[in-house]
Amino acid sequence: MAPPPAEKVRTMFELLGIPPQALFGQLLLGLINGSFYALLSLGLAVIFGLLNIINFAHGAQYMMGAFVAWMLLNYIGIGYWWALILSPLIVGATGVIIERLMISRLYKLDHLYGLLLTFGLALIIQGLFRDQYGISGLPYQIPSQLAGGQNLGFMFLPNYRGWVVVASLVICLSTWYVIERTRLGAYLRAATENPTLVGAFGVNVPRMITLTYGFGVALAALAGVLAAPIYSVNPNMGADLIIVVFAVVVIGGMGSIMGAIITGFGLGLVEGLTRVFYPEASSVVIFVIMAIVLLVKPAGLFGREA
Amino acid sequence: MTDASGSLLTVENLQGWYGESHVLHGMNLHVREGEVVTLLGRNGAGKTTTILALMGILAKRTGSIRFAGTETIGLAARQIARLGMAIVPEERGIFASLSVEENLMLPPTIKPGGIGVEQIFELFPNLRERLTSQGTKLSGGEQQMLAIARVLRTGSRMILMDEPTEGLAPVIVQQIGRTISRLKEQGFTIVLVEQNFRFAASVADRHYVVEQGRVIDEIANAELERNMDKLHGYLGV
Ligand SMILES: Nc1ncnc2c1ncn2[C@@H]1O[C@H](COP(=O)(O)OP(=O)(O)OP(=O)(O)O)[C@@H](O)[C@H]1O
Ligand SMILES: [Mg+2]
Repeated sequence: MAPPPAEKVRTMFELLGIPPQALFGQLLLGLINGSFYALLSLGLAVIFGLLNIINFAHGAQYMMGAFVAWMLLNYIGIGYWWALILSPLIVGATGVIIERLMISRLYKLDHLYGLLLTFGLALIIQGLFRDQYGISGLPYQIPSQLAGGQNLGFMFLPNYRGWVVVASLVICLSTWYVIERTRLGAYLRAATENPTLVGAFGVNVPRMITLTYGFGVALAALAGVLAAPIYSVNPNMGADLIIVVFAVVVIGGMGSIMGAIITGFGLGLVEGLTRVFYPEASSVVIFVIMAIVLLVKPAGLFGREA
Repeated sequence: MTDASGSLLTVENLQGWYGESHVLHGMNLHVREGEVVTLLGRNGAGKTTTILALMGILAKRTGSIRFAGTETIGLAARQIARLGMAIVPEERGIFASLSVEENLMLPPTIKPGGIGVEQIFELFPNLRERLTSQGTKLSGGEQQMLAIARVLRTGSRMILMDEPTEGLAPVIVQQIGRTISRLKEQGFTIVLVEQNFRFAASVADRHYVVEQGRVIDEIANAELERNMDKLHGYLGV
């Protein structure tokens, strides 16, 4: 007689020598990290597609998102749910100003200048926040509606972490839908391919570019608000994360929206699994994969060959 | 809207540059409302550059271009488009990341009175069957039809077409010729760049011969037969 399924699963884990709690715990952590990788690399991909600029300020803008949520709460008493909307709007607006005043002057030059400008901006923004708030990190409470968690039998799922994964998925897929399936997205895709011709049809391409940058920045800020209750709000939170996100983007390939999403979540999971089976490699596994992908498929897993 | 001379488009002493390279050296031409006018000339004569300058895509240009009563020499392409000028570019400009339908619906409506989608499918039945295909998966002829069809929707009354017959099979060239004649009947004004002057003769009212960035001759279509030898000389055929 075959053993019952639960028995089978337990036997499997015993064979691997891994308690299921640890495995699922790490997978969940991987999914959480993957959510942030996906949200951030999605914004980078959208910006790069239309502006041809690698937005090095992305990590700083993610950090700003978390800080603006913290400020809204601590200075004027606006809580998490409103911050989820207001912070991306505020930080996105700063993105619009930055694009209009600075980035737009660089389109005629080599891509490298945009990279240098946004890198410089990142350092300035991080420096300003460090100066004001120090580096010890500020706490941000999980909203009361999402406190606590669920016992799923095989693991304990904190509600807030479940929310982050679901919200990220919904945001990523909605963004994908708008870009790949709507009329607005068709303008964006067309302008990514041939902005001159789209302009010659009477479309205001410079305005589209500005709004797209603002949108990408707002996505980073939204990720920052989601992150605030998990990680402490800290001027360096973006700088640490963005290096990994750039590796994710290189692995996924720059131009692809769905590629950014799948690679983001996928690599989060891979990282989590590595932490279970070979913890020593968990902090470098993404970079090892990046090196391999660069050697085998330089345009990235989902990238179009140039 | 036409100016005192009755022209919808009047070009005077148009100069144009690609960066430092001076390509248009004082083009003069005019197009009346409802006319089909061609630009003939050898490879590299400056026909495409003229089209790009008219549309406002060639950024560095001087002289005067009056279109529909407005001086457009200092306007951006999107502003010129809004006056009712549309381009069917060389190489067709079909977007690979858009479906046929998305390509067709991409150019925004400029003015009321554009050709409806149903009538477009009557002109180009092939497109209806391929609506969900990727734009660049169409055959060359179908892509050309799509490039023409998408600007007919917009309500623009002036259409600049850059070598719409290039590289296409004779039946497709005939179909495009019939389309241009239909558009002329409907009152569209068309500037047509052509290498194939037999095709040009079948659709046009007048021809401008372009050489080294200048108009060197103007021939009415009715006079074309009599001027064949001269034209062969110009075009080097
Ligand atoms: N992007 C560019 N940069 C610099 N020079 C250019 C560029 N495009 C065209 N030229 C030059 O401008 C001149 C006119 O080119 P244009 O494309 O207008 O010719 P054309 O009459 O359309 O030729 P064809 O019949 O081959 O299409 C040519 O000498 C060409 O080499
Ligand atoms: Mg040409």
